[in-house]
Amino acid sequence: MNATKTFIYDGSFNGFLTAIFVAFDEKTRVADIQKNTASQSGLFSETESIFTQMDKAQRVWNGIDKKSHTAIKDIYFAFLSETKGVEMLLYSYIRKMFTTTTSISSDYSDGTVLKISQLARSVGREKHRMEAFVRFQLTKDDICFSNIEPDFDVIPLITKHFRSRYADQQWLIYDVKRKYGIFYDLNQVEIITLDLDTAYTNSLNKSVHFGEEEYNYQDLWNNYFKSTNIKSRINLKLHKQHVPKRYWKYLSEKKAV
Amino acid sequence: MSLSFDRIKEKLNILADAAKYDVSCSSSGSVRKNNSDGLGDSSGMGICHSYTEDGRCVSLLKILLTNHCIFDCAYCVTRKSNDLQRAAFKIQEVVDLTINFYRRNYIEGLFLSSGIFKSPDYTMERLVMVAKKLRLVENFNGYIHLKSIPGASDELMREAGLYADRLSVNIEVPTISGLKLLAPDKKHEDFTKPMLKVKNEIIQYKSEKKIIKSTPKYAPAGQSTQMIVGATGESDKDIMYSATHYYKNYNMKRVYYSGYVPVAEDSRLPAIGTQVPMLRENRLYQTDWLLRFYGFGVQEILNNDHPNLDMDVDPKLGWALRNMQYFPVDINKADKSVLARIPGLGMKSVHKIISARRYRKLNWEHLKKIGVALNRAKYFIICDSNSWEHKDIEGTKIKGLILQNSVGKFRKEYSNQLQLFS
Ligand code: SF4
Repeated sequence: MNATKTFIYDGSFNGFLTAIFVAFDEKTRVADIQKNTASQSGLFSETESIFTQMDKAQRVWNGIDKKSHTAIKDIYFAFLSETKGVEMLLYSYIRKMFTTTTSISSDYSDGTVLKISQLARSVGREKHRMEAFVRFQLTKDDICFSNIEPDFDVIPLITKHFRSRYADQQWLIYDVKRKYGIFYDLNQVEIITLDLDTAYTNSLNKSVHFGEEEYNYQDLWNNYFKSTNIKSRINLKLHKQHVPKRYWKYLSEKKAV
Repeated sequence: MSLSFDRIKEKLNILADAAKYDVSCSSSGSVRKNNSDGLGDSSGMGICHSYTEDGRCVSLLKILLTNHCIFDCAYCVTRKSNDLQRAAFKIQEVVDLTINFYRRNYIEGLFLSSGIFKSPDYTMERLVMVAKKLRLVENFNGYIHLKSIPGASDELMREAGLYADRLSVNIEVPTISGLKLLAPDKKHEDFTKPMLKVKNEIIQYKSEKKIIKSTPKYAPAGQSTQMIVGATGESDKDIMYSATHYYKNYNMKRVYYSGYVPVAEDSRLPAIGTQVPMLRENRLYQTDWLLRFYGFGVQEILNNDHPNLDMDVDPKLGWALRNMQYFPVDINKADKSVLARIPGLGMKSVHKIISARRYRKLNWEHLKKIGVALNRAKYFIICDSNSWEHKDIEGTKIKGLILQNSVGKFRKEYSNQLQLFS
């Protein structure tokens, strides 16, 4: 009996796709696919380090995309969920894709397919929420700055949205949890890694980085938010369902004034 | 500087407060792409940037230009006879607020309405000027919704549509007799004339665009209207027939229903403190949904025998219970339009069923996984299984069983005004 292998990859999506390529190419019996930051070798399997190779990743991407456009989107979104064990789930999904002739991406009566599509949907929901809940604060040197702290790694998914919406202002969206962000300099969007020591939340304390006018507008927005509420219709449960509490600390309208 | 800021804050409080009862706004349905270097982009999908504590979506800066008004409509906070603080924005102030809120990603755009000062045309002209400035001076591509002032002239309505994504006139009172009673200053045609103008402009725009590609966009997100529910004694049938009339004859994109919030001590109206009819409002939205997306005809749901919606069950379930002859439906065979009529099945589930049944016959387990609300649906369907819940029990019995088994769940739906059935 062939020994099974655990692949260790660098945590990137392309790294993961490379691992898939290797698995298919070498007809490996895969025991697990793990990020190098979180690897834990299994008792009965050897490990193999995977080095990200763009051409291999690209071939896997194209192969899946050719079979089903929905599937490639679901796979990418589900991957960004960073759920523990998602790699193996995706691996079995992809294997299934290539062993059946019909498209499986809408076969919701299959457990794996359903799970992947649910993960993809959760990530999609948070992508949408981030597009809504990013709150820019204008710094003194004219950059619209925002902190976010999403459950899933959605920055790659929101870049295009903000690029097309705010083409005439410089902006920076920074993921506090993952310590990286995207910066638009009026020409292009770049990925930047930063280690900020403060998270600029909606706190009442003013920071030296932002001007008085910025706080005036936050104040106006905060006020607007309050006066638009209809007291006789209050429904806090519904409110929290729409605006989960974990996002509140970055929302200027949630500042206690 | 800080002085004018305080003044703006005060105005904003007054003029946002007065605008909040208008529910006829959403930011979806427009297609205004950013032309590479401008600000903003509204490409179809509406984004709710926040939610008020009453659970409504905040996607637009919704304000009145002024709450001065020469009219005295009984249901309106802004009415002449109401003793309250008045204010008016300058055009540039509205422009600045919109741009600065938009740049911070607070909003998708502007919803601008107004009390009528001086005359309908004078007021409408000012609303148009705000939109024009935003588009032409600020290069703003976000969403703009202007309220058409009843009685405004055709020329102004034409101009408004060149800069706004959506226009709306609120009918407010669904019956002509109700309107006479509550808004004696207004004539029915003050509402319908601007609507007709907008409708005709849109039609003309569409036909011109076929020939001349560069024809300027006219109100790309169409028009909408709002009706107040529960201020006069109208039935649900009155409301929905009226809504259907506006959808059909004025190409409305959306009709909104707004449970009346008592704002005046007036013998013609429910007293202050009367509960807002939220459940009724929710039922009307559900009905509207059924008409627009589920293939129902209005007379199937509301008619002389049944002029009001059930309060204890949603309108689809209500219809099904009165029409048991169409059930049970075979999940594995029925057409999309038939599936859409099964209680407990939303359009999403319908599509999933149609996809999934290509692979195998579906049984109860599959349906549950797909997300069908079986506690309701099971009485109306058969699937790949021998057990079948229907067993010829009558509608009234089924209703009892459903209510009994899902008390908690249904109660929840009562209080959540905007939650539609899934
Ligand atoms: S005209 Fe409009 S703003 Fe004036 S009282 Fe009537 S509804 Fe209110």
